[in-house]
Amino acid sequence: MSASDLLQKGPRVIGVGLPGFVDDLNTQGIDASALDWRPPASKNTAALEAAEALSAGDVAGQISSANAQAIERMHTADPVLCDVQLAADVIEGLGEHKVLHAGPPIEWDHMCGPMQGAVAGAIVLEGWAKNLEAAFKLANSGKITFEPNHHHNAVGPMTGIVTQSMPLMVVENRTFGNKSYCAINEGLGKVMRFGGNDDSVLERLRWLESTMGPLLADTLLACEGVDLKNIISRGLSMGDEMHQRNVACTSLIMRELAPTMARVGDPDTASEVLAFIAGNDQFFLNVAMAMGKAIMDPVRDIGGSSIVTAMCRNGTEFGIRVSGCGDQWFTAPVEMPRGLYFPGFTEKDANPDMGDSTIVETIGLGGFAMAASPAVAGFVGAGTAADAAAFTNQMAEITWSRNPEWTIPALDFDGVPTGIDICKVMNSGITPTINTGIAHREPGIGQVGAGVVNAPLGCFEQACLSLHERLNAS
Amino acid sequence: MSTIVNEVRKGFYLDSVALMRLSAEIAAMGGIEEAVLMIGTPSNLEIMQNAGVLNATGDTAGPNDLVIALRADGKGSANRALAHANETLDGKSKKKGGQSAAKARTLKGGLTLHPDANLALVSTPGTYASREARAALDAGLNVMIFSDNVSLDSETKLKRQARASNLLVMGPDCGTAYINQVPLAFANSLSHVTSAANTAAIAASGTGLQEFAVLLSKLGGNLKHGIGVGGRDLSDAVGAISTLQAIDLLSEDDSIEQIVLISKPPGPDTAKLVFDKLAQCGKKVIACVFGYEESLVPDSITYAANLRDTAELAADSKLEEPDYDSIADSLVIDIDADRQYVCGLFTGGTLCTETQLILQQAGINTSSNAAAGSSTPLTDSTDAHRIVDLGADEYTVGRPHPMMEPLVRTDALAQALNNASTAVIILDVVLGYGAHEDPTAAIVTTLNNGPQSRPVVIAYVCGTESDPQRLNKQQSALSDAGAIVCDSNCGAAELSAAIIQRIKNR
Repeated sequence: MSASDLLQKGPRVIGVGLPGFVDDLNTQGIDASALDWRPPASKNTAALEAAEALSAGDVAGQISSANAQAIERMHTADPVLCDVQLAADVIEGLGEHKVLHAGPPIEWDHMCGPMQGAVAGAIVLEGWAKNLEAAFKLANSGKITFEPNHHHNAVGPMTGIVTQSMPLMVVENRTFGNKSYCAINEGLGKVMRFGGNDDSVLERLRWLESTMGPLLADTLLACEGVDLKNIISRGLSMGDEMHQRNVACTSLIMRELAPTMARVGDPDTASEVLAFIAGNDQFFLNVAMAMGKAIMDPVRDIGGSSIVTAMCRNGTEFGIRVSGCGDQWFTAPVEMPRGLYFPGFTEKDANPDMGDSTIVETIGLGGFAMAASPAVAGFVGAGTAADAAAFTNQMAEITWSRNPEWTIPALDFDGVPTGIDICKVMNSGITPTINTGIAHREPGIGQVGAGVVNAPLGCFEQACLSLHERLNAS
Repeated sequence: MSTIVNEVRKGFYLDSVALMRLSAEIAAMGGIEEAVLMIGTPSNLEIMQNAGVLNATGDTAGPNDLVIALRADGKGSANRALAHANETLDGKSKKKGGQSAAKARTLKGGLTLHPDANLALVSTPGTYASREARAALDAGLNVMIFSDNVSLDSETKLKRQARASNLLVMGPDCGTAYINQVPLAFANSLSHVTSAANTAAIAASGTGLQEFAVLLSKLGGNLKHGIGVGGRDLSDAVGAISTLQAIDLLSEDDSIEQIVLISKPPGPDTAKLVFDKLAQCGKKVIACVFGYEESLVPDSITYAANLRDTAELAADSKLEEPDYDSIADSLVIDIDADRQYVCGLFTGGTLCTETQLILQQAGINTSSNAAAGSSTPLTDSTDAHRIVDLGADEYTVGRPHPMMEPLVRTDALAQALNNASTAVIILDVVLGYGAHEDPTAAIVTTLNNGPQSRPVVIAYVCGTESDPQRLNKQQSALSDAGAIVCDSNCGAAELSAAIIQRIKNR
C-alpha cells in the first residue's frame, strides 16, 4: 500500500502498542485493529540481537530463499506407509546392548523415572537381563549404549524406547526416497512408552513382534502402501489434529488396511489385529510421527535456512534442530505440561514433557492444527472453538507458510501453519504450542492427563546465535 | 517502620501507561508510601531498586512479568493495596482475554486478519519501536511511529527503506497526524468544512500541529492532511526524507490547495532542499519555522511567526481575541510588588517553545529546560522567568507524559502557587484523542487547595467542542477556579507578557 494510497483512501490502521489509539479510531468508525503486542520474551540480549540481524538486509534475503527451498521440500513430500520391519534390520548398528530413546541425547543418570523404567523393560524383553532388578543394574553399569531415535531416521512417542527386536512401521517419502521408522502404538494404560515394564507390557510387545508386525507388513506390501497425505487431509476435516486426537485417521487407515488384511491374513489373526487397531484411538499417532520424520529429514541441511526440522524431548531436556544448522541439537530444560488430569491425579504426579511426538507440530499438526479439533481445545483447557482457532492463527505468526493441501474447514480452508522459523519465534516471543499426553512421574503407571506445553525459548535463543554465527562465517 | 512488599505476576503484560495510572491510584491508598507496577525489564528493575521499593521477590521478575512493588506503613495497608491491584489487574486481564482470541500478537498475524491495512501505528516502548516499524515496512505498510527514544541511525535507516518502497514513515516521536481528515494518536476532533480550501500540513511537532489544526478549524478552514514527520526529520542527519516525500505527495494531490510547514529550524543543508522543493511545488506555501529568520525563507513562501499567524494566513481570516492590554491593565493593579516573574508549566512542547519566543519578543529574558530562542538554561532559582516543558525527557522517564496524566503537573503547580515572587502562571491544557479524559480536574483541585493570595493564572485550552473532553466544559472549569482562559497559546503568552511589562514599568 503506497503512501499515496494512504492519503487518498485514508488510514486503515494496525495498532502496535497502546490499544487506546485504536479504540479512539474505532469510536469514530475508522477501520483499525490493535495487536496484542508484547515485548520480546527473551532475556538473552545476544540472541535477540542475532535474531534481529537475521531478519534484516542481505542475510534476510539469503534466509528467505533457503526457507523457500525448505518449504518446497515439505510441501512436495509424498509419505507412504509401506512396510513393517524389525528394528535390527532397518537401523544400522542396532544390536546387543543398544537402546534408542526419545528426544535429544541423554545418558542413563539423567533420564527421568518413566524412561529408566522403559529401558529396564526393554532390556528384559531383549533377554539382556533376567529381571527388572538386573536390568536396572545393567543399565547403570555403563554397558548399555543410548542414542536418540532421531540419529537413526526414527522417532518414538513418550519414552520412545526402541531395541533390536521391536517391529517398526516404515514410512517412505517417495519424492526424496528416504525412509523413517516408528514403533507400533501399544494402546493406553500400562505401556512401555509411559515407562511400563511388567509382564503384561512385555507380553504385548512380543505379540506386536510375532503377530501384528508381520501381518501389518504383509498387508502393506500387498496393497503397495497407504498414501498418508490424503488421510491427514481428510482427518483434519473430521476433527483430528493428529497428536491428541487420532480417532478419525485411525478409522480412515483401518478402511485402507482391512480389505487387504482380510485377504492376506488368516481370519483369526486378522480379526485380532483389526480389533487391536480399533481399540486404540491413538493407533495413528505413531504413523503420523513416522510420516513427520519422513517429511522433515530431507529438509535437514539447507544452508541458511531458519526452519525447525525436529522438536523432541527426553523427559529432561527439550531439543530442536534447525535446517541451516544441520544435525546440531539446541536444548533447554523441558517444561511441565499444563492441562487436565484424569481423576485421582494432579500435577504433582506429572512427569515433565517427553517424547518425539512433537515431530507432528514440526510439520504443522498437533497444537498447530488445533483449529481443526475444537474437541481437543476443550480437553487441554483452551475452551471454545474460537480459542482453538486462535491457537492455530497464533502459530501462523511463527511459521513461514501454510500447507496448501492440509486445510482446516473452520478457518475457511486455510492450511495448517507450516515451517517454524526460529527468527520469528525469537522476534515475537511466541513459542510453539504442543499438544501432549502427560505421563506419571513414576515408571509403569501410564498416562495421567493431557494438555499443552510450549517449546522452551532457550532452544530458539541458542539456535539463532548459532545460525547467525554460521551465516557470518560463510 | 516501612514494609516493602513485592509480588510478581508471571507472563502478565499491560502497557506502561495503564500500569502507571494504576500505580498512581494505588499510591493514593491509605498507608501506602510508594506503589510501582512495572514490567520487569532490567531497566525497570533498576528504577524500582533506586526507588527503594524492590525486594528479592521482585528482583526475580523477567521482561514478560509484572512486578507489583509497594512500600507501606505496615502489612495491613500493603495487603489491602495488593488486593486492590490484583482485582484491577484481573478485571482488565479478563477483558483483554475475551478479545484476545481474535487478536494477533505480531504484525504478520495482524495482516492475516486485516489484509487491507495500510498504516501501522507503532506506540511500543522506544527500544522495540524500530523493529516493529521495520517489520511494518517489510510488510508494505506505511508507519506512524508515536514512540520516542528511537536512535537517529534507526530513524534514517527506516526512512530510507520506506522511501525506496514508496512508503511513508511519520515519526519517530510523532504524536499527532491527520490522514484524509482522520485524527491519529494525540489529535483533536475537527469539523470538516467542505466549502473551505483544503489545507495540508507537514509538521515536525505534535502539539504544533494540534494548535494549528484547532485554530484553523476555529477560523473555518479545512485540514485534509497533517503529516507528522518527527522532530528530527529536518535535521541534516536525517535530511528531511519524510518531509520531502510529503511535499511530493501533496503537490501531486490536486485536492490540496495550500501546504503549511511547521518545524523547528532545519539543518543548514536540509533547509535549502526543503525550501527549494516547497518553492517549486506549485501550491501556496506557508512556513512556520520557530526561531528562524524571515529572510532565510524564499520570497515565494509565506512566512509565519507563530501558529496563530499560520492559521490566520491559511484561513485568510483573523482570530477574534479580547484586548489583552486592557485585561493586563486591570489585573496588574492587584498584583503585589514582590511578584515579578512568570512561570509557565507546559505539557505541549511546541506550545512551550512558542511562549518563550513571544515573551522574548516583549523583552522578557526567559529560562527553560527546553530552551528556544535566547532562553537560558533553567536553574533552581525561582527568581527568574521560568518556562518549563513538563513533557521533556527528564520529567517523563518512568512516568507518563503529562498530556496523558495531568497529575504530573500538580506538584510544580502547587509550588508556583505558593511562590511569593511569581506574578503569572501560564498553563496549557491539550484536549483531543489520546489526551486525559478530564485534564483540567487536577488543575482545578490544585487551584482550589492553593493559597488565597496567589499569582495570576492564565490558561489556554487547545481543543475543540467535538473533542471527547469538550472545550467549553474544560474552559468553564478553569474559569470557575479563577483562571483567565485565553483563545490561543499566542494569546496566553501575549497577555502574560503584557502583565510582566507593566510590572517592570511600575
